[in-house]
Amino acid sequence: MVDRRQFIKKASGTLAALGGLSLFQRSGLATATGAEDSTSLDALPGKKALIKKTYRPPNYETPVSYFDAPFTPNNIFFVRYHNAVIPEVKAGEWRLRIGGDAVRTPLELTLEQLRRDFKPVEIAALCLCSGNRRGLFQPHVPGVQWGSGAMGNACWRGVRLKDVLAGAGIGKSAMEVSLDGADSGVMKTTPDFIKSLPLAKALDENTLIAFEMNGEPLPHWNGFPVRLIIPGWTATYWMKHLTAVNVMSKPFDGFWMKTAYRIPKDRFQGGQFSSQETETNRPITEMVVNSLITNLVDGQTLPTAKPMEINGVAWDGGNGIEKMEVSTDGGISWHQATLKQDYGRFSWRQWHHVFVPKHPGEYRIMARATSHSGACQPNEPIPNPSGYHHNAVQKITIQVA
Amino acid sequence: MRTFILLLSFFSVTATAGESTIFLKDRPGKNQVIVKCAMCHSLDYITMHAMILDRAGWVKTVGKMINVMGAPIDNADKEIIIDYLAKNYGR
Repeated sequence: MVDRRQFIKKASGTLAALGGLSLFQRSGLATATGAEDSTSLDALPGKKALIKKTYRPPNYETPVSYFDAPFTPNNIFFVRYHNAVIPEVKAGEWRLRIGGDAVRTPLELTLEQLRRDFKPVEIAALCLCSGNRRGLFQPHVPGVQWGSGAMGNACWRGVRLKDVLAGAGIGKSAMEVSLDGADSGVMKTTPDFIKSLPLAKALDENTLIAFEMNGEPLPHWNGFPVRLIIPGWTATYWMKHLTAVNVMSKPFDGFWMKTAYRIPKDRFQGGQFSSQETETNRPITEMVVNSLITNLVDGQTLPTAKPMEINGVAWDGGNGIEKMEVSTDGGISWHQATLKQDYGRFSWRQWHHVFVPKHPGEYRIMARATSHSGACQPNEPIPNPSGYHHNAVQKITIQVA
Repeated sequence: MRTFILLLSFFSVTATAGESTIFLKDRPGKNQVIVKCAMCHSLDYITMHAMILDRAGWVKTVGKMINVMGAPIDNADKEIIIDYLAKNYGR
């Protein structure tokens, strides 16, 4: 799947990276301490420059300024992988296998069959990494130290997973549906990235096998040729380069379900996943209510004569946003922001607020969202061992000169 | 040496040119860290966790890489790697 020229290009890159110890020393670039900021701007093939957190596996986040738009363009959409072997799948060679011990008739589908034989569906939905803003937790917790950019809003087009599963037939014993993609670890011993869904979520009418994103084929780095879309749930379940769906009579017990992506029980709102729960924890499921200011940055200076425009986005796990409030005085008073066009309950919702600063000085801007379920962002993030669901009210300081 | 280079070119299928910009501190144990850790992932995973993990955190992380992620690291190298990470990238 990787052609020879690419292989050689990549091979030479690595020899420099791994074999070139003396090269580093000669370059004079190594500082006295040797430490480097692990974050830098870098462009993956087909993408604009994103904020690189790790090169391999690639973990890249979108600069926040790009979020000041209803949809996030494909070439700046964030990239997140767990394992480093990421084959460039060819559409004509790709197959989706439907199997498992609780399926009646195992199936194999081509991309052409998927497009031709099932009803197409379009959904606007936010794709948000469970660990978005992990880097903001204090104290820090291990894991990719994401800022606010491990998310993106897109219009996804595909077919319903339930329609595809109906073709195979679901047995009475079915409990979970597991999902596997074409990517894998470098070592055979590394657990493959496999996720599972409760049967009911797999059969939800909004759960899609998507082959288009914002009117184009999925970019390679976002799961070409097809990925799963589970609107409202965090992106860990949105399997990229989807190759296998297994209907199973037992809970899937691989590392990425049993151990990873877990949150303490009863600390967050959100759906249950009873077949995977333990006495103390459960898998992460729905996104929590959250918002982000997209046009201003902490510490920015603005001219006093002009009205201050405050723009942002707000979202939750599928209830939709009820109201968005902004404070310009550090939380003493709150003003309702205007919600912009509604693209559906799984899309983020843009909002804006205009404020006229009366005098020069420091303004402490805060933004908080409330969902239709009544859930509101907390003032502090809710601690949890893996740093998921950071949804604390954002606080930034703007200087008016 | 030839084996070493061959080994490196085997890993490289997944590596990217940008990785050559990552510098680790030039202290004892660095070679083991590069050879073993960079088999599967870029070394910015290490710099990203500098000042986040203390020695116990690095012990746990290296243990996870071996026991959960299947990294082929023997006990002698494991101790060298933990010591390097704790001393140079520890909280």
